[in-house]
Amino acid sequence: MNGFFDIPSDLQSSYLGLVSTHLQEALIPVFVGFALALPIGLLCVRVRWLYPPVLWITTVLYAIPSLAFFVVLIDYTGLSRLTVMIPLTLYSLVILVPSVVDGVRSVPEETNAAAAAMGIGLVRRYVQVQLPIAVPAIIAGLRVAAASSISLVSVGALIGNQGALGNLLTTAMLYQRPALAVNSVVTTAVLAVLVDALLVLLRKLLTPWQPPSDRKVRRTAARAADAPGATRTSPTAGAARAPEHVS
Amino acid sequence: MSNVTIASSSTRTSATYAVSLLVVAAVALTGCGSSDSSDKDDPLQGNAEGGGTVVVGSNNFPESILLADIYGEALKSKGVKVSYKLNIGSRETTYGLIKNGTLTVLPEYNGALLAYLNSKADPKTAEETTKGIEAELDSKLTLLESSKAQDKDAVAVNAATAKKYNLTEKSTIADLADIAPKLVIGGSPEFQTRHHGLPGLKDDYGLEFKSFKALDAGGPLTVAALKSNNIQAGNIFTTDPGIEKNQFLVLQDPKNLFGFENVTPLVYKSDLPAKGVSALNAVSAKLDTETLIELNSEVQNKKKDPLDVAKTWLSSEGLI
Amino acid sequence: MNVLNFIESFFTNSAHWRGYDGIPQRVWEHIQYSVAALSIAAAVGLPIGLVTGHTGRGGNALAFVSAAARALPTFGLLVLMFVWLGLGVLPVMVPLVVLAIPPILITTYEAVRTVDPSPVDAARGMGMSEGKILLQVEVPAALQLILSGLRSAAIQIVSTATIAAYVSLGGVGRYIVDGLYQRNYEKVVGGATLTAVLALLVLVVFWAVGRGAVSPGVRRRRAA
Repeated sequence: MNGFFDIPSDLQSSYLGLVSTHLQEALIPVFVGFALALPIGLLCVRVRWLYPPVLWITTVLYAIPSLAFFVVLIDYTGLSRLTVMIPLTLYSLVILVPSVVDGVRSVPEETNAAAAAMGIGLVRRYVQVQLPIAVPAIIAGLRVAAASSISLVSVGALIGNQGALGNLLTTAMLYQRPALAVNSVVTTAVLAVLVDALLVLLRKLLTPWQPPSDRKVRRTAARAADAPGATRTSPTAGAARAPEHVS
Repeated sequence: MSNVTIASSSTRTSATYAVSLLVVAAVALTGCGSSDSSDKDDPLQGNAEGGGTVVVGSNNFPESILLADIYGEALKSKGVKVSYKLNIGSRETTYGLIKNGTLTVLPEYNGALLAYLNSKADPKTAEETTKGIEAELDSKLTLLESSKAQDKDAVAVNAATAKKYNLTEKSTIADLADIAPKLVIGGSPEFQTRHHGLPGLKDDYGLEFKSFKALDAGGPLTVAALKSNNIQAGNIFTTDPGIEKNQFLVLQDPKNLFGFENVTPLVYKSDLPAKGVSALNAVSAKLDTETLIELNSEVQNKKKDPLDVAKTWLSSEGLI
Repeated sequence: MNVLNFIESFFTNSAHWRGYDGIPQRVWEHIQYSVAALSIAAAVGLPIGLVTGHTGRGGNALAFVSAAARALPTFGLLVLMFVWLGLGVLPVMVPLVVLAIPPILITTYEAVRTVDPSPVDAARGMGMSEGKILLQVEVPAALQLILSGLRSAAIQIVSTATIAAYVSLGGVGRYIVDGLYQRNYEKVVGGATLTAVLALLVLVVFWAVGRGAVSPGVRRRRAA
C-alpha cells in the first residue's frame, strides 16, 4: 500500500490514466494557444505600434498566479479540467506571441522583398515564407510553453483533484506518503523531458536547411541582436521575456 | 508559378483542417467539462430503479474520504450506480456542489453544517441540531438519519503548552482566556472565518490569539505544527488518532460552541433512489465514535487504502 | 461578478491593513521570500554563468542543466520538500531557487559569450589578466542582458512564491489559498492584484538599476 505505483483509490484513476490526463490537460492548451498566437502574431507584425502594449499586457497577465485564475474560473466552468486548461492556454499564448513576432521579424528584408516581387500576398507570405523561417524561434517558444504547462497542471490538484499527476501531491500530504510525491515529481519531469525532446526533433525535421548543431544559429542570432537597428531576436532575449511560469 | 499555386492550395487545405480540428477539440472539451453538471440536473434521473449515477463526494480530509467510500460501497451493494468525487475542498465549496446537484451524497457533520448555514443557531440537543438544519437547508437537499458517531471540532493544545500553563483534562477553552494572546492557534484556512472557528471562539469565550496559522482541516499539517510547537493550540477533530499518539490535550467546550457533530449523510433528494436511502440509513445505524476512530487509525496510522478499510468494515457489519 | 469591485472592496476594507494577516505584513513576507530566493539563485547562477561565458565552454552542459531544471514541476517540488522536511521556509526556497537558476544561468552565459570580441582582444593585448577582462570589460558590456536574466527570474519568483501559502507560510499567496477554502473571491482577487503589483515593482526596480548601473556608452549602443 505504500509502493511507488500504488495509487490511492481516492484519485479514481490508474497511474497511466493520470499520465494521459496530465498530457491532455497540459498540451491541449499549448496547441490552442499556438493556434491563437499565429493570427495575433501576424497582427503584431503588421501593426507595429500594437506590439509594445501587447507585451505589457502579457507580462502582467503572466505574473498572475495560476491558482488565482483557477479559483475565479470555478464559478463559470466548475471544478473541471476546463478550469485548469483556460489559464494554461492564456499562459501559452503569452509565451508564444513574442516567439512568433520575434521569429517573423528576424526574416531578412530581402526574403520578404523577393516574396512580394513574386506576387505572394500578405497572408500567404506569412504562412509560406515567414513562418517556416521563424520555425526555430517558434519551437523555442513551444518548448518553454510545454514545460511550463506540464508543470502547472499539478496546481489544479487544489481545485477538486483536477491536477492529474498533481493529485498525487495532495494525496501525499493527506496520508503522509512521500513516495506518492516522488512519483508525481519524477513522472512529471520525465513527461516534460520527453515532450521537449519531441519538439527538438520536430524542429530538426522542419528545418532541414539548419546546421545540425544549434550553437552556430544562436551565435549568429545573438550577433544580429547586437547589430544596430536589429530587433531583439537572440534566444536569450526570448528567454528573458518568455520565462517558465510556475505558480 | 504553377508549382507555388499547387503548394499553396494544399497548405491552405491542411491549415483549414488543423484549425477545424482545434475548434472541434475545444468544443469537445467544453462539452466534457459541463456535462458533469448538466446530466445531474435532470430530475427524471432520480428515483428510477438503478437509473442515474449517484455521485458521492467528500471534503478534503481523510475521514471525509473514508466516509464517502463507506457510503459509496454500501450504495453499490444495493445495485445503485456510483461514481466518486473525493477530496474536493472545504464545505464552503462542497455545499455549493451538492446544492446544484453535481454531488448526490456528501458525508456531513450536523452541528458543523448548521453552524455553516446559520451561525447564530445554538442547539441544545442533537434533535434540535437536525431540526435547525432542516429549516435552513435548500429545498432540494435533505439529511438522512444521523449516526451515533461524533467527530467534533475541538481546540487542542500540545503537551508542552499544557504543562507550561498547568492545563489538565478538566481544563476548558475558557481557561485559555488569559494566555491566548501568547499563543499561536492553527487550523484550516476556513477556520479563520467560520463560526465554528476563530469568530465563535471570540464571541463565546472572548479569546483573541496572538496569531492564526492556516494549515489543513485537522489533518497532518495541523498535527505536525502542534507537535513541533509551531502552533501551541490547534483545531483538531476528536476522532483524530494523532491526539493520543502525540499526547495532545483536548480542551472541554462547556459553552458547546462546537455543538453536536454526528456523522450524517447530506443528499440531493431527487437523485438518490429509495433503496439508496435505506442503504445509507443502515450504515448510520451501525456507525459509532469508537468505530470511526479505529477506521481512521487504519487509514492514517497503518496507511491502508480508505476504500479497502471501508469495504472490510462494511462486510464485517454485514452491510455488503 | 465584477473583478474591479472585488479589488476595490478588498483594498478599502480596513481590516485587511492590520495585524499578522494584514496587507503590509503579507507583502513584507512575500518580499523576504522573494529576495532570499533570488539571492541564492544569483549566488549560484551568476558565477557559473560568468565563468562559462568567459571561456565559452560548457554551453551544452548548461543547456542540459537548465532544461532539466525547467522540467522539474515547481508545485511538486514544494510538496515533496514539505513531506520530507516538514514546516519551514526551506521547502519553499528549494523550488523557487530551482525555478530561478535557469534564466540567470543561461542569460549570463549568453550575455558574456556574445560580447563584442574586439575590445576583449584589445584588453588581452594590453596585458590584462583574464579575471580583470571578465570583470572590467565583459561584465560592463554584458550587464544589461545579465540584468534582464535576473529580472525574469525575479518575476517568476514573485509570482510563484504565492504557493508558499499552501504549506502554511505567509506572503500574498495567503489571500489566494485562504480565499479558495473560504470561498472568498475578494481575497483571491486581492491576492492576485498584489502579486501583479509586486511584479510591476520588480520591473520598475530593474529599470532603475539598469539606468544606474549600465554604462551610458553601452546603453546608447544597445538603444541605437
